[in-house]
Amino acid sequence: MNQEIIEVTEETTQQGVSRRSFIKGAIAASAAVSSTNYLFRANGGTVLAQAPAAGAVERLITVTVNGRSRRIEVPPMETLATTLRYKLGLTGTKIGCDRAECGACTVLVDGTPHYGCSLLTHSVRGREVTTIEGLEAEDGTLHPMQQAVMEEQGFQCAFCMSGFIMNSVALLNENQNPTRKQAAEWLSGNLCRCADYDKILTSVQRAAEITRGA
Amino acid sequence: MKGVIRDVIPQLELFQPNSADDALAVLAEHGSDAWVYAGGLDTLDWFKDRVKRPRVVVDLGRVESMREIRSTAGGIEIGAMARLIDVVNHPDVQARFPALAFAAKSAASPQIRNQGTIGGNVGQDTRCWYYRDGWTCYRAGGNICYASPPTAMNREHCILGASRCVAVNPSDTAPVFVALDAQMVVRRGRSERVIPAEEFFVGPEIDIERMTALEPGDLLMSIRVPSAWSGSRVYFEKVSDRTTWDFALVNVATALQESGGVIQDARVVVNGVAPTPVRLTAVEDAIRGQARNEQTAIRAGDISIQGVSPLTHNGFKVNLMKNLVRRSIRDEPMNEV
Ligand SMILES: Cc1cc2nc3c(=O)[nH]c(=O)nc-3n(C[C@H](O)[C@H](O)[C@H](O)COP(=O)(O)OP(=O)(O)OC[C@H]3O[C@@H](n4cnc5c(N)ncnc54)[C@H](O)[C@@H]3O)c2cc1C
Ligand code: SF4
Ligand code: FES
Ligand code: FES
Repeated sequence: MNQEIIEVTEETTQQGVSRRSFIKGAIAASAAVSSTNYLFRANGGTVLAQAPAAGAVERLITVTVNGRSRRIEVPPMETLATTLRYKLGLTGTKIGCDRAECGACTVLVDGTPHYGCSLLTHSVRGREVTTIEGLEAEDGTLHPMQQAVMEEQGFQCAFCMSGFIMNSVALLNENQNPTRKQAAEWLSGNLCRCADYDKILTSVQRAAEITRGA
Repeated sequence: MKGVIRDVIPQLELFQPNSADDALAVLAEHGSDAWVYAGGLDTLDWFKDRVKRPRVVVDLGRVESMREIRSTAGGIEIGAMARLIDVVNHPDVQARFPALAFAAKSAASPQIRNQGTIGGNVGQDTRCWYYRDGWTCYRAGGNICYASPPTAMNREHCILGASRCVAVNPSDTAPVFVALDAQMVVRRGRSERVIPAEEFFVGPEIDIERMTALEPGDLLMSIRVPSAWSGSRVYFEKVSDRTTWDFALVNVATALQESGGVIQDARVVVNGVAPTPVRLTAVEDAIRGQARNEQTAIRAGDISIQGVSPLTHNGFKVNLMKNLVRRSIRDEPMNEV
């Protein structure tokens, strides 16, 4: 399980050693440790020592997140949202319901929106995962959808925001000029508890304008 | 940190084979200890809640050959691993069986349709919350039904066809497959069998712990939709509380062959009202040979509800079913995707 800790440290150094990223790293490391304990308990302490049966998956896998290839140790039944948040420290992805019923965890896999809470990390091996952290350009320029949300004040508490933004990004990649109705239908798998739907749709319209250079 | 703890699914062995043969071999080896995993959207709830605890999970996500949708001499063959969105968008499905595309589009939410498979949609378990919360009812191997007593919460449950268990089949595509007389191709080891959709869904009188004819070791390979009803008038409609996420309170799939305004042949199927999709043969018999008009439609609706026995909180489904059957014969199919 050292691997995860090393990974997180790498991330921490990259971001510059701020207090916030240090804390994130510490949380991720302790989550990793506690899940190891859990696994050991569950299988009488022999999990990591077992020889893999033919066709069984390896625990040490590579996933590509926001263009970076990450080597991490993942138990077979870990969901992508858990891996992102508690192993890679990418806490922009939220977990609301944890059962495919709210959309807060929406991330893109090869450009397609999925509920990260209801997808196994092992299922995204060899595929491209994009999270809210991967949207801004290297020079810090916001993605048009992020910019639009700032301009239109799209959200109140913003717990649902990452999911909505990721899903909207997928929409704009496919259709740079969606009607409000098309956007509402596309985003119907995301809930907003503050009921900011109107402002969210206005943000999507604004993002489309920015994208088209209008 | 509560969410984290709950999300740690108990340890089990995961297989991600690249071929159906390899998947079948693992399934054969582990029998009833193994669980077939397609899109995982029904499955993960069971695992997270620790209600179902198989030892081995066989994920079909890497079996490319099972995702294909292709036109054949006899119709269309849909691989069990085709995602709902693939079915919605496929040009041949849209052209030849628009009601199937529409039904697939009516299921769940966009993100779920991007991942949930057609095999999982017909293979999914019931949504009865007592059972899904882990109560040891009949369906879970116990000897009581928590949903049928007068005080129970049973708004979403059966109005007909119950036998001890009053849970319903929740699928939106299942009634369309029954209406189109689809054939389910099932493999087990090296042997293959083809089951008509109508017999694929099984009620509690046959097996109270399963929703389909699939047994441990079986793999649903594909669904064949024959040309017979292609070009016919096929009507699908679903009524649910919200248009996204919510399961059908009642849905209907009606296939009609007409000539000169007269109904030559019909298959009328409803779901969300019984443990399996139900073919309303009495309705079919009554409308065959009749003109397709308001009168015939009203009669069909009236006949459809003969013999229903609603529970405390689901009496509304009776009228709903009557009206949906009526509309399915009278109105033009919507079939929007
Ligand atoms: C919040 C929510 C809302 C939903 N709303 C709707 C709705 O309104 N209408 C609707 O129709 N559906 C609805 N669904 C169901 C959804 O559309 C999926 O079809 C369903 O979750 C199963 O698809 P899956 O591929 O994810 O299956 P999985 O969870 O992987 O599998 C489901 C079951 O089928 C079995 N299975 C799957 N494939 C095979 C195969 N090839 N061979 C043998 N067995 C197999 C599995 O063993 C499992 O028991 C909803 C689901 C959720 C989570
Ligand atoms: S309806 Fe069926 S699944 Fe629900 S409690 Fe009764 S026996 Fe169990
Ligand atoms: S947290 Fe994934 S859909 Fe709600
Ligand atoms: S802004 Fe609060 S949940 Fe959407």
